[in-house]
Amino acid sequence: MDQVLSVVVDGAIYSAWLFIAALGLTLVYGVMRIINITHGSFYAIGAYSAASFTGAWLAAGGAPMLSYAVLVVSAVLVALVLAPVIERGLLRYMYARDEVVLLLGTYALFLILEDVVKLVWGVNPYFIAEPYGLLGSFSVGRLIYPVYNLLLIGVALAAGVALTLLMHRTRAGKLLLAVIDDPELSKAMGIDVGRFYLAAFTLGAVLAALAGALTAPTVSVVPGLGVDVIVLSFSVVVIGGLGSLPGAALGALIVGVVRSVSVHYAPQLELFVIYLVMAIVLAFRPRGLFAAAEPRRI
Amino acid sequence: MSAGRTGRIAAIALLLLLAGGLFVPDWLRFLLTVAMAQGLVALGLTVQLRAGLLSFGQALYYCLGAYAAAALGRFLNSGDVILQMVAAAAAAGVAAAVLGLLVARYRGIFYGLLSLALSMILYGLLVKTEALGSTDGINILPSTLFGVRPSQAWLRYSVLATAGLVAFAAVLAVERHFNTPLGRLGPAIRDNEIRVEYMGASVRAIIHIEYVIAAVLSAVGGALAATTVGHIDPDMAYWTTSGEFVFIAILAGSGSVLAPFLGAIVYGLIHSTAYQLSPNTWQMTLGIALLLVILLLPRGLWSLFPQRRSA
Amino acid sequence: MSDPVLDVQRLSKRFGAVSAAQDISVQIAGDSVVGLIGANGAGKTSFVNMITGFVKPDAGRIRFGGRDITGLAPRAITRLGICRSFQIPQLYGSMTVFENVLVGLGVLLRNAGRGGFLSREAVVVPGHGGSADEAAERVLAAFGLLPYRRERADALSGGVRKLLDIALAMVAKPRILLLDEPTSGVSAMEKFQVMEMIIQAAKGEGATVLFIEHDMELVERCAERVLAFYDGRVIADGPPGTVLSDEEVRRLVTGALPGGR
Repeated sequence: MDQVLSVVVDGAIYSAWLFIAALGLTLVYGVMRIINITHGSFYAIGAYSAASFTGAWLAAGGAPMLSYAVLVVSAVLVALVLAPVIERGLLRYMYARDEVVLLLGTYALFLILEDVVKLVWGVNPYFIAEPYGLLGSFSVGRLIYPVYNLLLIGVALAAGVALTLLMHRTRAGKLLLAVIDDPELSKAMGIDVGRFYLAAFTLGAVLAALAGALTAPTVSVVPGLGVDVIVLSFSVVVIGGLGSLPGAALGALIVGVVRSVSVHYAPQLELFVIYLVMAIVLAFRPRGLFAAAEPRRI
Repeated sequence: MSAGRTGRIAAIALLLLLAGGLFVPDWLRFLLTVAMAQGLVALGLTVQLRAGLLSFGQALYYCLGAYAAAALGRFLNSGDVILQMVAAAAAAGVAAAVLGLLVARYRGIFYGLLSLALSMILYGLLVKTEALGSTDGINILPSTLFGVRPSQAWLRYSVLATAGLVAFAAVLAVERHFNTPLGRLGPAIRDNEIRVEYMGASVRAIIHIEYVIAAVLSAVGGALAATTVGHIDPDMAYWTTSGEFVFIAILAGSGSVLAPFLGAIVYGLIHSTAYQLSPNTWQMTLGIALLLVILLLPRGLWSLFPQRRSA
Repeated sequence: MSDPVLDVQRLSKRFGAVSAAQDISVQIAGDSVVGLIGANGAGKTSFVNMITGFVKPDAGRIRFGGRDITGLAPRAITRLGICRSFQIPQLYGSMTVFENVLVGLGVLLRNAGRGGFLSREAVVVPGHGGSADEAAERVLAAFGLLPYRRERADALSGGVRKLLDIALAMVAKPRILLLDEPTSGVSAMEKFQVMEMIIQAAKGEGATVLFIEHDMELVERCAERVLAFYDGRVIADGPPGTVLSDEEVRRLVTGALPGGR
């Protein structure tokens, strides 16, 4: 019974993390039709910003409870500054090109940012464990988990709800949906598509950075942190459907549960079972489980 | 570029390689051999690109070829380079024949994603397989050629020469292939699949064939890389390795079957120089180089050479 | 009709609420020229799509030379001897006109099990008698396309694209050639010459031609037989003079009289 419980709880925690991590990727694809490899870079930058600023805050004697705020705010701010620079400064010159060229462009940016991170933060690991343990722990049956993980789940739910409300209840959100549906037509109707691209890219970057920041207290922050996340987020998004918010949630849930199950019952499958699910979904529903329907163009 | 001209340039390049290889320092021999190996993979990418398909998981077959070569050493106690390449080609041929049944149904970004997923599955499998060394990988036995072990002084050169000859053969074979009725269907598929079907050919079958050709080329490259480096590990299947091959293919451009090898050599030079100058900025250098190619040389390095109009 | 080359029996197809074909039965004789007329949405293109395998009918059978071809894939139907041209020309944009034809000849070679690794000078193309290059020259010449041989297909003007599209359909030397608006995009002055050239090329190979056309004068001059479509049915079938002066046809298709939808 304990086994099953731990599978469920582990699955929930991992799914929450995956959802936050993958959200930005699917958003950017949905709006801009780009597979954004820099997503992993912003994740890493978020983690590094969070780790370094929070570390400095705590070392300077700042209130431990406020370290959460520092964690989140530092990552978000850095992303808010960096993303527009990249989008306006470089990315937008490639919009007219093929989607594969754009992907390669974001890949090139990813390579550059990997080293930028090394230059700014050095190659030594950052480790700030305090926020992780500060909130104490809670028990589920006989299992003990840090409350921090509940925070993760909370943020995932909040982010999902907030974005959905944003898209469907606000005026800006509705315009965004129009841009997603048909950029050409939107432009013809006077919507400033460029501004939405900027907003979408920045929001995606902020979400990625947030995911990185939330992960920072649980791991050792080292160079290369973003590399695994890219392909993992990718598989979540592909399973759920590129560009779909509920899809990202479903994908995160599936991948989280599948991984949790395999970790507990078949650890030798753990690493590739996710990609196996991705391959299976691609084989039967290439557009994912929730993808926006695309008209056949014959 | 006409097939005759390609053949002549390839022959000259091979001669330069064989002759020059005698005099250059060992590190350059190493770099050139790896470049030949990677060029083969990039050539495989080019074959698929001609049909309009970009694979993000070509490392699958590169790694498969490498591990086939390693298995030869571990289970049959042979380090023979020729046998390694044959084993690699066979393994890839079988795998691609099966996997191609699935992959050939996809186009565009989904073709890329599925190939990516498959390569990551191999990665995961290898990491968890103790018998194949998991993350530590496997060492390759010292190379022999046709059963003969070259002396230490000649070892690097022998492998380089072999790699050069294999690359040369591949260039000629692929160029020939592109000029056959089957080969001409690649660009036709890229331009208009519907018309191809209405002419009476099966698009899926053709894509499957090109997929297998690319897989075999990549696996042979993997075997050569394995024997040159002497050690392999699951990272050879990781998505970043596939990324390198895509990088090389784009850098090279699709102007000629020789381009992937030029691209691989340039990539190798950038990589090693940048790494030596500053280990923490070599990725940035590659990234900048890639951006420059995307923005300024959309047709790749090959567009720098004067083009002759094809017939 | 003794041994029709194409025998359509009770063909039906619905797309949602729209009836593209309602119980159509038609026999086409070999070596004839048939015009298909009808307003947009009357079912002419669906008819062609079903014969060429692009769409599977809901009910009915299509027999070609006695053989049931209902529901076969387009490439199978092409190999059996039925080819088509398209309303929007389907060409290989990045290749030259000459290369476009070479691709078609290459497919013929492959389907005959020849070609392989040999050069294009060495192999004789089945049905064309001669190397691929020679065969391509002849096909282009028959359609007046030789002056454009080195041009990229996507750089051609509309009328020339149409001609190339039809030439590509002829490469496989089909027994039945289906043309979807072969002269749309061609100037009014040239329409008749172009149509004459196409029919001559087709008849030279003994092919049956079915062509969809909106220009009634062209239909009258070129067709030996006319099928008029309306609402998924064939409402008239006969020589052009008879069909075009039929009252129902004039009301529902050619619009010579007011009324109809």
